[in-house]
Amino acid sequence: MTQALDEIKIGGLGASRKRVEDDRFIRGKGNYTDDIALPGMLHMEILRSPLAHARIKSIDASKAWEIPGVHLVLTGDMMATRNLAWMPTLSYDTQAVLATDKVRFQGQEVACVIADDPYIAKDACEAIDVDYEPLPVIVNPAQAVADGAPVIRDDKENQADNVIYHWEVGDAAGTDRAFEQADVISKLKLHYPRSHPSPIECCGSIADFNRATSKLTVYMTTQAPHIIRAAVALVAELPEHMIRIISPDIGGGFGNKVPVYPGYVCSILASILLERPVKWIEDKTGNLISTGFARDIYLDGEMALRRDGKILGVRMHCDADHGAFFSDAQPSKFKIGLLHSAFAAYDIPVAHLMARGTYSNKAPGGVAYRCSFRVTEAMFFQERMVQAAADDLGMDQAEFRRMNFVRDEDFPHRTPFGFLLDSGQYRKCLDVGLKAVGYADFRRQQEEARARGRLLGIGISTMTEPLGAGNSREYDILGIKMFDSAELKVHMTGKAIVRTGARTQGQGHETTWAQIVSHELGIPAQDVVVEEGDTDTAPFGMGTYASRSTPVAGAAVAMVSRKIRAKARKLAAHLLEVSEEDVEWELGRFYVRSAPDRGVTIQECAMAAYSNMPDGMEPGLENTAYYDPPNLTWPFACYIVTVEVDPVTGVWDVLTTVAVDDCGVRINPMIVEGQIMGGLTEAYAMANMQFITFDAEGNCVGSNYMDYLLPTAWETPGFELHSEVVTPCPHHPIGAKGIGECAAVGGPAAFVNAVIDALSGTGVRNIDMPLLPDRVWEALTHHRDVSGAPPVRSDD
Amino acid sequence: MYPSRFRYEAPSSLDEAIGLLHTGGDYAKVLAGGQSLVPLMKLRFASPDLIVDINNVPGLDYHRADADGTLRVGALCRHADLERSALLKSSQPTMAAAAPVIADPIVRNRGTLVGSLCHADPQGDWASVVMALGGSIVARGPGGRRTIPIADFVTGPFQNVLDPDEIAVEAVIPPAQGTRAGGYLKLERRVGDFATVGVAVALETSGETVTRAGIALTGVGGSTIAAAAAAAALVGGPLTADRIGLAADFAAEAAQPRTDHRGSAEYKRHMVRTFVTRILGRAQPTEPATERAA
Amino acid sequence: MTIVYEDLGDEAGAGASDVPMRRIRFTVNGQKKIAEVEPRLLLSHLIRRGLGLTGTHMGCDTTNCGACTVLVKGAGEAGAGRPVKSCTMLAVQVDGREISTVEGLAMKGAGEGGGELHPLQEGFKEEHGLQCGFCTPGMMMAAKALLDENPDPTEEDVRWALSGNLCRCTGYQNIVKSVLWAAAKLRAQAPASEDGSQP
Repeated sequence: MTQALDEIKIGGLGASRKRVEDDRFIRGKGNYTDDIALPGMLHMEILRSPLAHARIKSIDASKAWEIPGVHLVLTGDMMATRNLAWMPTLSYDTQAVLATDKVRFQGQEVACVIADDPYIAKDACEAIDVDYEPLPVIVNPAQAVADGAPVIRDDKENQADNVIYHWEVGDAAGTDRAFEQADVISKLKLHYPRSHPSPIECCGSIADFNRATSKLTVYMTTQAPHIIRAAVALVAELPEHMIRIISPDIGGGFGNKVPVYPGYVCSILASILLERPVKWIEDKTGNLISTGFARDIYLDGEMALRRDGKILGVRMHCDADHGAFFSDAQPSKFKIGLLHSAFAAYDIPVAHLMARGTYSNKAPGGVAYRCSFRVTEAMFFQERMVQAAADDLGMDQAEFRRMNFVRDEDFPHRTPFGFLLDSGQYRKCLDVGLKAVGYADFRRQQEEARARGRLLGIGISTMTEPLGAGNSREYDILGIKMFDSAELKVHMTGKAIVRTGARTQGQGHETTWAQIVSHELGIPAQDVVVEEGDTDTAPFGMGTYASRSTPVAGAAVAMVSRKIRAKARKLAAHLLEVSEEDVEWELGRFYVRSAPDRGVTIQECAMAAYSNMPDGMEPGLENTAYYDPPNLTWPFACYIVTVEVDPVTGVWDVLTTVAVDDCGVRINPMIVEGQIMGGLTEAYAMANMQFITFDAEGNCVGSNYMDYLLPTAWETPGFELHSEVVTPCPHHPIGAKGIGECAAVGGPAAFVNAVIDALSGTGVRNIDMPLLPDRVWEALTHHRDVSGAPPVRSDD
Repeated sequence: MYPSRFRYEAPSSLDEAIGLLHTGGDYAKVLAGGQSLVPLMKLRFASPDLIVDINNVPGLDYHRADADGTLRVGALCRHADLERSALLKSSQPTMAAAAPVIADPIVRNRGTLVGSLCHADPQGDWASVVMALGGSIVARGPGGRRTIPIADFVTGPFQNVLDPDEIAVEAVIPPAQGTRAGGYLKLERRVGDFATVGVAVALETSGETVTRAGIALTGVGGSTIAAAAAAAALVGGPLTADRIGLAADFAAEAAQPRTDHRGSAEYKRHMVRTFVTRILGRAQPTEPATERAA
Repeated sequence: MTIVYEDLGDEAGAGASDVPMRRIRFTVNGQKKIAEVEPRLLLSHLIRRGLGLTGTHMGCDTTNCGACTVLVKGAGEAGAGRPVKSCTMLAVQVDGREISTVEGLAMKGAGEGGGELHPLQEGFKEEHGLQCGFCTPGMMMAAKALLDENPDPTEEDVRWALSGNLCRCTGYQNIVKSVLWAAAKLRAQAPASEDGSQP
């Protein structure tokens, strides 16, 4: 009698399987873009603008050309003759590749040099003379719309000002009525500062145009190789089938490696012109000062409240500062991403959101950094407003949330902004968190401590967020629908290879996709190899960002596995000489229902697919699935942080961080926890020390690691993770949801709420992130809110 | 990320090094730890023509106390050596408090105290420590040796009084007449950050009476600030709350902070006052040296 | 090993042939090498491009991230060397010295990276101490230096020793667990001390 396979032992769902990708990384045998060297390869460096807004009067590259070892100097004019000085963005705007008329942000690309080695290329960049005529600078939306503000995008016809879009959703009139009925109106204004994903590895590409074959191969740090292939086909006007994008190992993405950057385009053009591989690896300053940043958005929020604590309505007005070009990678219907997912977890009858986007003299972007398309902003605004509302009502923070949550029995639930939630257990999640942190005890300790002059604080952040963009009715990027794909080939000995259109940057796909195959087919995970990232071999997908891979690509892996299993069932029936209706399945094996000892393994079916097919059946055991998700998935979480604030210095220490995450079925619990801890660290970083700002001249403060602060192992607190709450996603084939970004989405508010709570009694409602010691001290000492919006304060 | 071209020499004696600097031309720099110089060169904020690497010169990596208690720190003594030093922990509380908070643990394996003083970064921590202790630099050039008190050593940000063909070979901390006490507190937002505010306090006591005091401030002016009035307010009596308060006030007045992304001038002055008070309140060399945001 | 340069001819412009190359002799992962380098070549580039050892990574411009951490041992120094950020040393500075990189961590076996894993490498895999892997070699080299000096570190000791290495993915908690796992294994493997007591 054959024994049933143990799913955990073979590495199926729920197994904390050690990672396959580790084997090469721990040996220093990763294959990152800068590790790759091609024969004859040249090196490219970029010359960047020192000024934030200036007309270019002249560029003299003659001295650069004379330096031995220099092969090519590209300037905007040269790009313009090839129609490449500007390129379309993923948000239907245009972006400069190399500046022609003006520079529009400090760090903008002005020229590039291709030389024998990067040292020489840098020497040549230094030898290029650019004559600038400075122009007035805009560093925030108020300046952008002020009377007499210079028009930054005077390159665009019909652009008379610095406004990019107005967008609204919800019911304005209904919300107004709700506010008229309110007993209490709670207001909050704040700025979610500009931040930057800053993976340790910078962006880069190696473009290799082969004149003999007319094929362009580009190795690139990209989270979305197929999108890049389409973009390159569009921009470089090369046929799509002659473009191959290879995304090798990526040293962290976090959304920074989704957009198309000028450096990529220049390296491609240079390779075409020089007929040699051209490598461009940016430096950290280039990365921080010019690539896709995140956030930089202002909230003016109001909540209409009934005296007993019921939320009657919410109004949000948001101003998003997009920098010099509108280049966000986000679903095209939503100008402000999924900001309108705010308040999804709360049962609110009516709401209205208005958003405005403006240009400024800063690098382009806004959607990045584990944001799930601005859901980071949505949930931060939400939980900060919820905190303020509870305080305004004099209600306990936990009770206020509990009373307003969507109830377990109320699903499916449509939010006032139109999202459809399918499942959740928000109260249980909150309860687990409160118990873990010892909420009641902490409040007692807090009071006792306050009597002795010590400031303890506790901050709660609860949320559900939409992950897994997305269904084809509502979601597309530049018109391309956001499905994803998986191709599975089972070889004759029952080993397999699965390829998807996703692209891992540390999330562990090489390990987890095999686990899904293992779950569906009973093939041990170690017998399944996973590949991603090469557009010549990977099925079409929209890449990995916004936590969409488990929801979409993972679902595709499950679906293609089921297609394989369906065919294997027919093979099994043939081998067992029974009809298909008499065949049952258990993990890894088909058997005869009436004689369970008679069975065949999946491996035997695989062999049969090549050697013993029934009449009329196509040989082989390979298939592809494209998955168009019916809805987004809705993980939810409760994050609770306790802190102590030193009232003399403004320095605050984290005492405890509790995270309760429900992401449905966890494919690999170890990997899921790793993602949560990574997100919590970024939440802590943003709350405590990390931001990019600008002075009045548009100089970027935060363009290197001396100013852009990432916490080290010394500052970063420990985390207590909980997984007791599991609500499988009702529509996902294996009940899983996205998780990669949840803690970065919900986490920051928990830290901020904790510090604000520690300051309760002082009248302080808000301190903008990051809550640096000087800001906390200022709030405490002067009993006032502290803003962090640019321009940076100075003595002048 | 790529320095411009330069000539490079790695002499194996001080005389050779001095000779190279003497004939070296317009812009030569000595390379010891390199943890300040090399990053500047990589960003091309510094482009010397000649680098004279003294890492192969033997006998410079010491730190020791003379029989009379004078502390001598050689040009190649690394921050990490000072961080681990039993000598510092037992006899130099201000220095022992500062050593662990210089940069980060890996940088400390290369960077040197003497190099840090020569680099003359206004936000350098050691300068405040040596200033509070009344130390000096010993320099050697073609004309021989000279000793330069630290207060005269720096002429401006990243500028010192050394001649182009002089090398700083040693930092000297004079012996204490009384019992040493003091500390260094640094407000850094994370490990490796420059000080938003740093305060070095070095005292000597005889019984209850403070016989010598030095207070110096990091990061609150165009260069390291010697808070002379603050120090003077402590000398000649016991460490009472009143005298501590007075010293803290004088120190805050001596600071010339700017309002910037690290904080308002008001806050920085307040932190000067706070750190002076805390160090004097403890006057124990084993207390943790840093205030961090974590 | 041979490095080949462009022959720019005698009429080459300013700068090309002004600066003599330097010949340096050093040891890397136990193997002796000779190289001819420009003085301005960074040690990290010698390692990555000259030696083809790409396990040491470049992350930042300002000596902060530590992804480039290797061990450097001077002549006459005891132990395996101290961790340094190789982006902040010149290649010429390792003349006469020994470097260890991540490729040399494996205990035995032919060539770089091919042998039995060092407990640190095992620990990082066991405890999920890496995600994208980019900071990992630097973390392991810094951790190795810690464990060489302190075989029984506390969590605090580990966090302090690694505070010069940045990670964006893991939140450090599992990195700490990985290092402590390795420390425990190394202690268990260590020979009994001289007086016969167990380590």
